[in-house]
Amino acid sequence: MRIFDPHIHMTSRTTDDYEAMHAAGVRALVEPAFWLGQPRTSVGSFTDYFDALVGWERFRAAQFGIAHHCTIALNPKEANDPRCAEVLDVLPRYLAKDGVVAVGEVGFDSMTVEEEKAFVRQLELAVEFELPAMVHTPHRDKEQGTRRTLELVTESGLAPGMVVVDHLNEVTVDQVDEAGCWMGFSIYPDTKMDEHRMVAILQRRGLDRVLVNSAADWGRSDPLKTAKTGAAMLEAGFSADDVDRVLWRNPIEFFGQSGRLLVDPELPDDASTGADASATFEGNSILRGSRD
Amino acid sequence: MTEIEPLADHDTIRHALDASAQAQLEALTAEVADDPSRLGRAFPAAARRTGRGPLPGVDGVLLEDAVRVRLVQVAASSLDPDALLAELREVYRYGDSDEKRAVLHALSGAPEEVDGSDLLLDALRTNDTRLVAAAMGPHSDRLDDDSWRQGVLKCLFTGVPVASVTALARRADRELAEMVQRYQREREAAGRDVPLDVQVVLDACATSPEQPQHEQKDL
Repeated sequence: MRIFDPHIHMTSRTTDDYEAMHAAGVRALVEPAFWLGQPRTSVGSFTDYFDALVGWERFRAAQFGIAHHCTIALNPKEANDPRCAEVLDVLPRYLAKDGVVAVGEVGFDSMTVEEEKAFVRQLELAVEFELPAMVHTPHRDKEQGTRRTLELVTESGLAPGMVVVDHLNEVTVDQVDEAGCWMGFSIYPDTKMDEHRMVAILQRRGLDRVLVNSAADWGRSDPLKTAKTGAAMLEAGFSADDVDRVLWRNPIEFFGQSGRLLVDPELPDDASTGADASATFEGNSILRGSRD
Repeated sequence: MTEIEPLADHDTIRHALDASAQAQLEALTAEVADDPSRLGRAFPAAARRTGRGPLPGVDGVLLEDAVRVRLVQVAASSLDPDALLAELREVYRYGDSDEKRAVLHALSGAPEEVDGSDLLLDALRTNDTRLVAAAMGPHSDRLDDDSWRQGVLKCLFTGVPVASVTALARRADRELAEMVQRYQREREAAGRDVPLDVQVVLDACATSPEQPQHEQKDL
């Protein structure tokens, strides 16, 4: 099973996770820029974070044989803090970079005027930089947030096929589907969506335009939820090719629209050959500075 | 106005590119020649517009590095050393790791008047082995002895082959030997392997022309 996790916050994860992910078949991922749990108070802490996403974290992932991509944006939560609003001015520098495969996460958290302003501006940047957009949907009042999201996408002129609306559930999936956007599902241990509910959605509406991610971060989450969803799909009667489509070819197709992928889309599936779970990339492991 | 030595000659780079990538290279080059302040705009897109990977015919050089250094070379031809350095600092500050590495390679081909040692020190503070290796290239002759020795030790520590350290045979000295011996003792005390490069550095220290000078100083 070759896996491309289209949404995972590796900055918050350990090297054990990288090893386990590689052993489970993860060969590529996208780390969206988001909130770090502790609110930031200045533009400088954003730029250091963005630098890490296109620098250190990419290097760290490579040590484990995983191609790291990212998305860059001012996230909706912090768009509400006037001290952070100037982040919008530094985004173009980062949106020009290799491996930056979308503008994101953008969208709504509490549906404020400030959030909408930042969201609209960043959809404009996606159009300008010819990048897809990754849209976060709110945890609270998700249905209304998703509706307003889709209105703003239409107004932006960004093609629906260039937009993934993420963290969907049974209540929000159909309106996103009808709008022609890509549908992102975050498989969590016990909240947003689980692998069996995911399988039921796939059985109902098919595999088209679906991205399945672990969205693992600093909260209770599981970086292997992509692999577990693949296993649940097989159990439910989906073919290995179906799993490959959802977990590899779909993210390649969506993020490939950026022209910025750093992974070989035709990467052979070698994860089922019993590769050593503890093996590291090219014999190197990554520790705190020391090479061994 | 400032001459930068390229990583590979123009023909070698062109031969590694197909027709459309060649056209992209020409466009990027023309853009930077026309306005050297466009370097920061041309840099991020350079690899995806031309190519990446090992450059045929030049050992150990990546195509994307050669292209970016070529762009620096073109921009430098109409910038004085100070203006070039200011431009390179800006590109480095906002560069991803590949862009930063290319700036370090460009510095390696820079003339005497260009001193980008502050960028080398930044690179040596990272644990990104590609940056550490590039920082210890020819431009590392601008580093003071303390920083240079720490750079060599960092190479040993992070597994960067010391073969990539410029002027090891000339600059290795007794103080470096002592630092490396302490590192060796620490490894042995812990029952860990000692990297083979440790002996390479110690041998360089033993035969270096720097050795007598430092002994004199210490007296």
